[in-house]
Amino acid sequence: MKDGVNGVALAVFILFFVVVTVMGFLASRWRRAENEQTLDEWGLGGRSFGTWITWFLIGGDLYTAYTFVAVPAAIYAAGASGFYAVPYTILIYPMMFVFLPRLWSVSHKHGYVTTSDFVRGRFGSKGLSLAVAVTGILATMPYIALQLVGIQAVLDVMGVGGGENTNWFVKDLPLLIAFGVLAAYTYSSGLRAPALIAFVKDTLIYIVIAVAIIYIPIKLGGFDDIFAEASAALSQTNPATGAPRGAVVPGEASQWTYATLALGSALALFMYPHSVTAVLSSRSRDVIRRNSTILPLYSLMLGLLGLLGFMAIAAGIRVDNGQLAIPQLFENMFPDWFAGVAFAAIGIGALVPAAIMSIAAANLFTRNIYKDFIKPDATPAQETKVSKLVSLLVKVGALVFVLTMDNTAAINFQLLGGLWILQTFPALVGGLFTRWFHRWALLTGWAVGMIYGTVAAYGVASPTQNHFGGSSREIPGIGEIGYIGLTAFVLNLAVTVALTFVLKAMKAPEGIDETSPEDYTGEAGDPGVKTELPPATAGAAH
Amino acid sequence: MSQAPEVSRGTVTPTRVVIALCLFAPFVAMLWVGSYTKEDPAFIGIPFFYWYQMAWVVISTVLTMVAYKLWQRDQRARKGGAGK
Repeated sequence: MKDGVNGVALAVFILFFVVVTVMGFLASRWRRAENEQTLDEWGLGGRSFGTWITWFLIGGDLYTAYTFVAVPAAIYAAGASGFYAVPYTILIYPMMFVFLPRLWSVSHKHGYVTTSDFVRGRFGSKGLSLAVAVTGILATMPYIALQLVGIQAVLDVMGVGGGENTNWFVKDLPLLIAFGVLAAYTYSSGLRAPALIAFVKDTLIYIVIAVAIIYIPIKLGGFDDIFAEASAALSQTNPATGAPRGAVVPGEASQWTYATLALGSALALFMYPHSVTAVLSSRSRDVIRRNSTILPLYSLMLGLLGLLGFMAIAAGIRVDNGQLAIPQLFENMFPDWFAGVAFAAIGIGALVPAAIMSIAAANLFTRNIYKDFIKPDATPAQETKVSKLVSLLVKVGALVFVLTMDNTAAINFQLLGGLWILQTFPALVGGLFTRWFHRWALLTGWAVGMIYGTVAAYGVASPTQNHFGGSSREIPGIGEIGYIGLTAFVLNLAVTVALTFVLKAMKAPEGIDETSPEDYTGEAGDPGVKTELPPATAGAAH
Repeated sequence: MSQAPEVSRGTVTPTRVVIALCLFAPFVAMLWVGSYTKEDPAFIGIPFFYWYQMAWVVISTVLTMVAYKLWQRDQRARKGGAGK
């Protein structure tokens, strides 16, 4: 690592940061509605976004700074196994095509802001809705923390914030500033801020990737050399495990892991509250379907990014913390000013999802905990106020997490978050297509999946950690190594189905379903589906 | 996964079967990991494993687009005459 502060890169970074900050605050005036004091406005941008804004918003939301740092970092560390992110993101879109338009329609009809709103309306169960809300909040918190880890990695490589001999305040000051700015404009502009900033973020990222994927291989002598060197480096024995560090192509034994990780992660992705928030903010059902055909462009970019991991190996980058591999590669390879652009791309790439995630978590708290359990007669204005405050609290929580705990803790929790959120799949996606599942069975299945997943993950040891050392272990009954989240999900589903039969035989009360079959297919403009919900319905629907 | 009840509700038409197949194909291709864990043939130095999966990003995009277009046509046909 170069010593001292990289002045040019830092100046470029700060310039971009100032630009997006101004945009963030101005965003509240963008497409302003008459009544801003509703969750539909603050938390869903008025449900008004068209194809392109939605594309940038979902892209900015799903492909986070952490993704950009972590995917190549995983490949840098272990080779092929980290590339599962590509099949994972391929499988997302056919699923998105199938179930999200239904969620959009039913949410529009009934004024649902969160997935828990839907689950409560569909199954008439506050308990199940609470379970979904709590899972969502728990899974989102570490994800926000990881965005801050992404910014930290960039700041470290630029020479600010790093160094052992500075005191903690100076060390963390840049992160605190970035965080304060993010919190302020999210508070004032709501979902409009990240939607607007996402344009800058993605433009920068596309430029950086396009340049990196052409410029770096030329400097390193082409892909042949890159893969030859990477292959040699990966086949060296790791002294801690006694096995090779990784491989360029996964071996027979790791194929199950690869496939289950891809499938499990793909199933989980649209269960995350922040992805649903971005989807519900779109203007129409058709916008979602159209987006499922253009979003894969991001996956292509992700694949190219993954290859940067091999370039980092071939370029001889040596870092103890794998997260620093890619920022360091940029610093070594690019001229200073362009390194600054690349760092700005990663830094802004962290702000967009962090804003959306905190809004999503805040909406869950407000709608499904505050309104359902604490203050049922809250007005839309009160809901919005609570949501704004909670979005601040959630971010402060993430900041404290990052500053006080080891980064591996954030990564462990994020790993757990992924397998937790997957356990809400039967209630949400199941509920979108059928009312057959019994609400109590869904709740029990969820609990079984959560407990099994957490215990199983706790038991995974790695050379550096005794617990939570990875996300896969032997699948009981099959004997192959697979993603724990998917195993837990299958268990969850089995319990749910079995118990549903039992509960139906016992004639247990089913709960009231407030939705009807036509609610799931209505398009904006159809009779009964309002293009823009009047502010009152959003808050006073129930 | 891709057997959408939206597709199966009502009658099963050839168009809807094609839509389902378009959406289901990426699952088969990507989850059958053994079919692509090899280095050769390489493309401009990139092993098969990597360029094949990236090629599938493009293939699945085309398939989803076909599904989208067919779906639109199917919906229009269904609504045909009923008016808005």
